[in-house]
Order: sequence, then structure tokens, then C-alpha cells
Amino acid sequence: MVVLSLVLMTVDHRHHHLQEVRSWLSSAVYPIQYVADLPVRLSAWTGEQFSTHQSLVAQNRALQEENLLLRSRMLRFEALESENTRLRELLDTAKRLREQVVIAQLLSVDLDPFRQQVVLDKGSRHQVYAGQPLINAAGVVGQVLEVHPLNSVALLISDPSHALPVQVNRTGLRTLAMGTGNPERLDLRFIPPSEDIRRGDIISTSGLGGRFPADYPVAQVTRVERPSGESFAQVEARPLARLDRSREVLLLWPAQPDQDPNTPAELAPPEDTEPPPEETGEPDTDEVIHG
Amino acid sequence: MGEWRARLLVIPLTFVGALILTVMPLPEALAPWRPEWLAMTVLYWTLALPRQVGVGTAWFLGLLLDVTQGALLGQHALALALIAWISLRLHQRVRFFPVWQQAVTVGALLALYLMLVLWVYGITGMAPGTWLYWAPLASSVLLWPPVFVTLRGIRRRWCLSVG
Repeated sequence: MVVLSLVLMTVDHRHHHLQEVRSWLSSAVYPIQYVADLPVRLSAWTGEQFSTHQSLVAQNRALQEENLLLRSRMLRFEALESENTRLRELLDTAKRLREQVVIAQLLSVDLDPFRQQVVLDKGSRHQVYAGQPLINAAGVVGQVLEVHPLNSVALLISDPSHALPVQVNRTGLRTLAMGTGNPERLDLRFIPPSEDIRRGDIISTSGLGGRFPADYPVAQVTRVERPSGESFAQVEARPLARLDRSREVLLLWPAQPDQDPNTPAELAPPEDTEPPPEETGEPDTDEVIHG
Repeated sequence: MGEWRARLLVIPLTFVGALILTVMPLPEALAPWRPEWLAMTVLYWTLALPRQVGVGTAWFLGLLLDVTQGALLGQHALALALIAWISLRLHQRVRFFPVWQQAVTVGALLALYLMLVLWVYGITGMAPGTWLYWAPLASSVLLWPPVFVTLRGIRRRWCLSVG
């Protein structure tokens, strides 16, 4: 048994032949995760069933107002988008297509409390692929790590092994947002102390690395310190998507020119979740870089 | 016939229950204190029915735990199989201990289990750098008496013979 375990661990760590075994076992465990999630689902459902007429009316009204507001913004957005396409055509660059999204529910099951992972209720049946970006209404949430037939496991941007190429909206400064293990904090790395970055700056994805599409908001800078003698400033940011609170996420199929969105498996170049110092070309985000 | 089948199912059902408790969502503050339900259940059955639950069962359950926790395949399996083996060696003595003394023995075994899992985390470079990693040890030892009484109740209810 001991030898078998050691062999299994080594094979799983070094090579990646065990995906099928893992996938198969994971399907066997999925009912257990589903059952564990049931109480939460039930309580949400009963909450919906027994909410008062008044609160429903109020909610409906608020939603309608929000819808109106969003629609009016959408009008402007569409005008801007068509203008943008026109200008891009003038510049003769590649057109940007609309991205495709699908809503996935988080199963509220706790995985290892020291890693920031979640289970989604969509899997390879729904054409989810490893490395797929996840967002919600507020910002970037994470990316898909393992895909199984009916479910998948996603890594949040706050996991210590996750690095996200980002840029500061105000100045265009490019940096990396590293997870810290704390869902309320990201560290921004490799920013020289002389750079212009302040509290309150919004950072968004830069689109470098190719896995996440550009210009999705990620976090807001909460603390900037420039210790003397250090070669980089210490910058902390708070993710805009409330990572520990959302129940629903959007799976994103980044539309790229000249590629069919129905076969997204090859879209993601594998190297962008590794921070530059440890870049080994290893295509696996499972390998945690402790930093 | 029905009785027989029910008996065959009882032990696996307790393992399923333990796995469900392992992934059940807990409030943020309590999550690190989640007891090692599966390891405790395995230890109980190896102490009570050593002929029916052995190292192989423990190993397979550990594999399931690896998959649910997103750990390396074999990580929990190795640790669980090893403490099951030790507890099989000790079961003659431990079975007659009073409950608190059993809790201490179980605590020692769980410490070994957590240590093995931590080693593998350390070797693969993802050791959790916090003392909270050891919190399940305390909660498991404290919860051993109720777990023991519950599982003994289940065993007696279904008249599962002592191996």
C-alpha cells in the first residue's frame, strides 16, 4: 500500500497521466458533494418560497429600475462598440468579437481550507475547458482547473498559486496580481517604488498571456507602501468580485478572431498562470508556487 | 435476506456520511476546525471490526478523500492506510480502554496522519504556513467520545458481530 501510494503520488505530481483516474473517482464523489450542498440549496429555495409579497414587489421594482438603467447604458455601449469596430476596421486590425458566457452555480462544498478552490456544477458536457476564465458581475473570479464530465474545479484568483497579468486602469502600468490565500487580498508584484500607483486605483486584466480577455476589472488598490531599500513597492489590492460570497459565476469563452468558439480547448496557451521567476513551461496550474 | 443486505450497507453508509460531513460547508471561522471525520470513522471500524475494515478499505477511502480535497492522489490514502494498519495492530488493547484514553490514542494516530499529509504538502511545496493546520486534531479528540458512542450505537443496532 505504501509503495503504491508513493508511486501514485509521484506519477500524479510529475506526469499527468492520472487525469482519467481522477476524473472517474471524482464522478463517484460528485453525489456526495451534491448531497452536502443540498441543505444550502434547500434553505435558499424555502427562503424564496416564503418571502412576502411585499418584499417580492419591492425586489421586482428595484430590478426593473436597475434594468432600465443598464439598458440605457447598453445603448451607449452599443453605439461605442460599433464606433470601435469601425475605427478598428479603419486601422485594419483584428476585430474583437463578442464573448460567450454561461452561468454556472457554485456547489458550496468546502475543499481544503488552505487552498482557494470551488466546485462548479458545469463540466465537460457543457464544454467547459481547463484554464477557462470565470467572472461575475463585479469582476474576475478565477479560472477552471480540472474538468470532469458533470462538474469542474476552479481556482480563485486569491489562491496563493494564482498569478494574473493585470494593468492599472489610470496609468496603464502592467503588473501581476498574486493570490495570498486570503479572499480579501491580492498582492501586486514587481512595481518599482517610483511608479505612480495610489490607493483606490482600479486594476483590470491586461490580456497578456492570452488566457483572460483584456479589460475585465479585477481589484482595487487598498495599500501602497514604498519601504526604503527595497527594489519593489508593496502594493495590496482587494478583489472586486466578492470571492467568498458569490453563488453564481459566469464561464467565459473568450472569442478570438479566426477561431471557432465551439472548440475552445486549444484557446488557452498554458504558460500565463505561472509568475515569471518560476516559469518552467510546465502547463499545470495545479503545481503551487509558494510565494 | 434484507437484514443481510442492510448489514452489508451499514459500514459503507457511515463512510459516505463521514465524507459528506467532510465537504459540508461550514462558517468561515469554523472551517479550519473541521474534525477529521473520515479518519475517525475508519479508526472506529478498525478498532471495532478489524476483520471487516482493514488497510485496503482505508486506502481506497483515502483516495476518495484526495479527489474531494484536490490533493495529490495517494496523499491521504497513504496516511489513512498507515494509521489503519497501526490501529489494527493495537485494537486488542485499545478496545478495552476507557473512552478518554481511547481519545488520546486516536489523537496520537491522527497527529501521525496529519503529519504524513503535511509532509507530502511540504515536499510538493504547498505547505500551509499556519498553526491552524493542527486545529482538526483538537476538535477530533474532543469529538471522539460522541463519535464513538454514535458509531457503537449503529453497530449494536445492526448487531454487527465483533470480528
